[in-house]
This record gives sequence, C-alpha cells and structure tokens, in this order.
Amino acid sequence: MFEYAPAPESVRPQIKEHYGLFVDGKFTDAADGADFKSVNPSTEEVLFTVAEAGAADVQNSVAAARRAQEAVWGPMSGAERGKYLFRIARLLQEKAREFAVAESLDNGKPIKETRDFDVPTAAQHFFYHAGWADKLAYAGLGSDPRPLGVIGQVIPWNFPLLMLAWKIAPALACGNTVVLKPAETTPLTALMFAELCQEADLPPGVVNILPGAGGTGAALVDSAVDKIAFTGSTAVGRAIAKSIAGSKKRLTLELGGKAANIVFDDAAVDQAVEGIVNGIFFNQGHVCCAGSRLLVQESVADEVLARLKDRVTTLRVGDPLDKNTDIGAINSAEQLERIAALTDAGSGEGAEVWQPDCDLPDRGFWFRPTVFTGVQQSMRIAKEEIFGPVLSVLTFRTPDEAIAKANNTPYGLSAGVWTEKGSKILWAAERLRAGVVWANTFNQFDAASPFGGLKESGYGREGGRQGLEAYLDV
Amino acid sequence: MGSILSGAEAASLVRALPGVDAVGLEARAAGLATRSVKAESKAKAIDLAISMIDLTTLEGADTPGKVRSLAAKALRPDGDAPSTAAVCVYPSMVPVAAEALKGSTVKVASVATGFPAGQVPLDVRLADTEAAVRAGADEIDMVISRGAFLAGDLERVFHEIKAVKAASGEARLKVILETGELVTYDDVRRASWLAMYAGADFIKTSTGKVGVNATLPVTLLMMQAVRDYRALTGVQVGVKPAGGIRNTKDAIKYLVCVNEVLGDPWLSNEWFRFGASSLLNDLLMQRQKLKTGHYSGPDYVTVD
Repeated sequence: MFEYAPAPESVRPQIKEHYGLFVDGKFTDAADGADFKSVNPSTEEVLFTVAEAGAADVQNSVAAARRAQEAVWGPMSGAERGKYLFRIARLLQEKAREFAVAESLDNGKPIKETRDFDVPTAAQHFFYHAGWADKLAYAGLGSDPRPLGVIGQVIPWNFPLLMLAWKIAPALACGNTVVLKPAETTPLTALMFAELCQEADLPPGVVNILPGAGGTGAALVDSAVDKIAFTGSTAVGRAIAKSIAGSKKRLTLELGGKAANIVFDDAAVDQAVEGIVNGIFFNQGHVCCAGSRLLVQESVADEVLARLKDRVTTLRVGDPLDKNTDIGAINSAEQLERIAALTDAGSGEGAEVWQPDCDLPDRGFWFRPTVFTGVQQSMRIAKEEIFGPVLSVLTFRTPDEAIAKANNTPYGLSAGVWTEKGSKILWAAERLRAGVVWANTFNQFDAASPFGGLKESGYGREGGRQGLEAYLDV
Repeated sequence: MGSILSGAEAASLVRALPGVDAVGLEARAAGLATRSVKAESKAKAIDLAISMIDLTTLEGADTPGKVRSLAAKALRPDGDAPSTAAVCVYPSMVPVAAEALKGSTVKVASVATGFPAGQVPLDVRLADTEAAVRAGADEIDMVISRGAFLAGDLERVFHEIKAVKAASGEARLKVILETGELVTYDDVRRASWLAMYAGADFIKTSTGKVGVNATLPVTLLMMQAVRDYRALTGVQVGVKPAGGIRNTKDAIKYLVCVNEVLGDPWLSNEWFRFGASSLLNDLLMQRQKLKTGHYSGPDYVTVD
C-alpha cells in the first residue's frame, strides 16, 4: 500500500491578534467597541478577534465612500483607475501563498484549492477588470456609461476572497466606491485585502471593509448607498429585496441553487464521474452552483454509481493545510448542523445513504462525502439546498424527462450536461432554465464569462462584459 | 491465455466503446500530478519505481559488452537499492542478457515482431518472437500494426496479437500500442481493449522511437482500461508506460496514478513497469539525497 506522508504547507501568514474595521483607508475599532472571534473550523481554535461594525460605523463608511467617489475615484480617468487595479492584482499574485494559507485557515477549505483556484482566480478578476477601466465606452452599454456611486456589498463565507474580487473589481473599474461586509465566519482575507489596498496606495475611502454579522449587513442595506450587491442565501436575498423595494437603490442578487448534473447514456463515463465529484465535492459542496442533484439515465445508473463510489473512496478528507487533502472542514458548527439535519431528513424519507469509510479528525467540523441513491423529486434532499458534500442521485428515462426534472426547482443557477453527442448538448442547453450550463465539465469559472442565476437564484451577472452593467448607470 | 472471442466479435465490441473526453481526462491526470509525495513515502516510492523498471537498450550499436553492463546495473543498481524488474533488449542480445541474469529475479524482456515499426510479414514477426523465446526471453514486447489499426482493420490486428501470444508460449506478452501514432484517446482506448481481448498480459504505451511517447493522460486512460477489463472478465492485465519518463518526479506521478486508479493489486512489478533507461540514475540520485540529505551529482551514479 502506497500511503502519502503528511505534506503540510509550510508558509504561515502574519495573522494579527486583532483586526479593526477598515474605514476611509484606516483600521479602526467599532464605535460601540463590539468585536467577535474568528475560528479555525478544522481545529475550533480562535484565530483572531475582529471589530464588529454597527450602524454608526456603516454610516461613517458610507460617508467616506461617498467623499472618495465624488472627489477622487469618480473623476479619475479610467486609465488611472486601471493602474490601481493592476497594482492590486499584482500584489495579490505576489502574496498568493499567504492569502492561500490564510483562506484555508479561516474557511477550512483545502490549501490545494485556495492555492490553485481561489487566489489565482481572484487575481484574474482584478487583471480582467483593470483592462476594462478605460474601455467602458466600448462595453456596448452606451457611449459614456457613468458609475452608480457608492455600492454596498455583502458576500458569503464559501469563497471569501474570490467573492470579494467578484464584487470589488468590477465596481472599482466602473468608477464606484464600495463598502463591503465579509461573512461573519471568514473575515480574514478581506482584512488582508484591506492591508493590501493600503500597500497599493489606493485612495482612502474607495474600499471600506466592515466585518460583522446579519445586523451589520442589514444596516448596510438600509444605509445611503446607491446599490446593493448580495451573494448568499435566497431567504436573505428576498429580505433585502423587500427592504429596498420602492427606494432608488439598485440590487443584484446571486443566491442559492440546486443544480442538476445530467449524465446521458452516451457520456464519457470516467470523465462524467470526475465531473460529478468536482460538481458536488469541490469546496466541501459549499458552492451555490454545486451539482447537488445528479440526474443519471436509468440505463447506465448502476455503472455510473459503482464508478462514482470507487472514486469517492479515494477522496482524502482531513487537514486543510495538507497539500494532498481533497476535502477540508465544514465552515462552521451551524452549517454542519444544517447538513446533518438535511441528511437525516433524506434517510428518514427513504433515500439510501452511502459514505466512504474514512477517518475524520477529532476536533473541528467535518462531514464525510455522502451519496444518496433512490432519491425522489418529492424528497427534501432533492428540493432544498444542502450546501455541503451531499449528492442526491435521481434517474431519468428519456432526454425530455431529464429536462423536466432538472427544471423542476425554484432555483436556476447552473446545470451540467454530459454526453459525447454535440447536438444533444445544444438541445439540452436550450431547454435548461439555468444561468450557466456546463457541457462535459462542471464548476468552471472565468472572469470573462458572466455568471448569475434565473428564478430564485437571483438576478444580475458577474464577470464578463455583461457583469459591468451591474455597476454602471445605463 | 487465449481469447475466446472471434476477431469480428472483438472488433465490434471495441468499436462500441464509449468515447473519451480529452479535456476531462487531461484535467484528471493534471489533478493526480499535484499530489505531494514526501519523506518516507517518497523513499518507498523511489524503491518501488526502481523495482518496476525495464532497463532498456534498443540501439543498432548494442553490443554484448553494453548489454552485460546494463544487466549488472539491473541486478545491483546502487548499494542496497532493489534490482530492476527486467532488462529489455533486441532479440539478438537475448542470449547475452539471459546469461548475465541467470538465477536472478531480473527478467529478460525482448522486443520482437519487427520492432519498432512492425512493417514486416507476419510469419517473420512470429519467427522473430519464437527466436527470442528460444534464446531465453521471459517477456516479449511486441508492436501492433498501427497501419492496419488506422486503416480500420481491427480484426487483423486482433488476429496478429493472438498469433504472437501463441508464439510467445510461456513468456508474458506486452503489447505496444504506440500511442503517439494512434494519436486520439478514443483510439488508445480501442487499441487497449483489442489487445486485452486478444490475450495481452501487459499493454504498453510506446516504443520510445517516435516523437510522442508515454504521457500521463494516455497512461491514465490505459489504467482505466485494465481496471475495467478486470471488472468485466476477472483477468488482470499490466500497464507499461515507456519512453520519456526521465526523472523521479515524473515516475512518482505515474505511481500516484496507479495508487489512486488501480490500487494495491497493481502496485508491484508484476503488474506495472516503466520502460526507461535514464530514469534509473535519477531515482538513484534522489535515493542518495534522501539518505544523506544532500545531492551528490551524476558522478556518484554509474554510467552503463
């Protein structure tokens, strides 16, 4: 037997014991002195404490952002703004390893993923949008599109740095300033990003970072911003939409999903199995566009499932900082509880549960990769977003039935199609009601490619030429 | 073991195989290549890799002296390092190798069947094979008729492999697909299955004589084929990437693939081989580095 020795990442970033709010270019404590702890989900150890922004801090930040937008960032030429964004992108690349380790520590995701995906893709978003800053007149959104002003942004904990990049890069490129609230459990890389903005000499007030929980987010939504951009759960997205209805504030939402990954009988099976694994187990399944419903043609279901289980057995679950870890820790005790509750419901409703026999660490928040077979459309695990490493497997008989089942959800963020027949890909993509349809691949992202949902998965696009529209007055 | 299928049956089964998605296959190989193998697991992997080498010389300039030198290296590569799996030579050099390796665990492998192109009449290829076995070869590395395969004559390729298998007698038969000439992954998969249906004991990527030799994605695909063949028939077939694997880092990537795609049953030189010559010295240098903590240099391993 060929066992891999532990291969821990040796770089350790400088993590401070305490972080403040980043307002108007400076770190400062909360007006009411509140703070909270951030925990390493793989060990449950406290990593640092951080100030928690209240309504007064939100007001100050929005005012600072307004001054910066009106006096400096808005009037600045696109070419100059582009220089700052290029500088940020290069600094992110230079500090890539530190950011990767910090993200892994704070979030629980494996270093392999932060190193090869999160951080490089975040840098790519800044490079890409730096290039747009002086070419906005050619984006097909009018001859002289104007910025919206001050943007309030609220991002989730599943891709803390990458979601920050998706939000901040286009907003800044278009001439807006931002007040961003990172998720309560994962503020670290946003705060390191604030330090990076200082290093890049970004004018004060252009980027403001306000750590906090739901209350901070609500205060930001209620504040005097011109637009809210939110990524997170459908329930919170709906509440935001309600609360700003009737105001002048604009809104884009990137919400939940329950994506169907459709495997036809003529798919390249081994590669489809890889796509299924990548679709649901990438980032512990903490992905809004995760392929959480596998729809496999009944005639090949047994073969696909046998191969899938063999493959899942080889996944390495454990220390996120080990370079060979495939699946890291669940981000929080709360999320772990939710995953466990939904999987219990799956078993209770009669689906058959399967998990590989792998050891889990004693401390921290962990969940084995899980495959449910015999899942029916009516079960909760087929309808509700689990946001964890849990796959629900359903079967279909004909292509029409596959599409009908795939679309039979209030969500519409993403979908996958696996077939070696090109015409079937086009046929399916035309009928799937999802913002993104991947063909013979899954979970691929690029700054140049717009991403966003239909139906209850939200509205607005991020990335690409289309993504600029969310930050311009067109 | 002879095949129970007719040529027409084998050809039709092979033609019905599902396709290979090139992007997905290459992504999977690249993913496996990121595994970090350190410390004691690296030491074990290096010794395992050494024990899996078919130490090879296939030159027009091969002489008995050259082959004896290679055989000595195969037997005792360096200090307490394990012996290699085999020495691989042309048929004319088999008697020399057999004499030098007599009584050892190191096998004599001979290329045959008009290596490397195979563009000679079948009876000549069979005679080539029989001569190598008579001279003491334990293993035969044959080449398939890529021309016939690419012309679509799968039945002919099937019958030729079957005939060479029969001519090999007790010797284990490695079937070289020459994947660099088949080019597409779909054809590599078809050729792998055709060879296995015809009775191959091993499927091997390359001769080392064309532009593109073993690659990780191609070898991964062949591993999936032997895995699936065993699941279907119960018969285990070995895999041998050959050509282009020159350093320890690359060799370990292949072992990681064996480990995660095939697992324990294939993790020995009975079922996995490296066709290589310069790889051995790099493995030995890395082995010295792990033992002493510093790099020595090429003068501290032998030139053979």
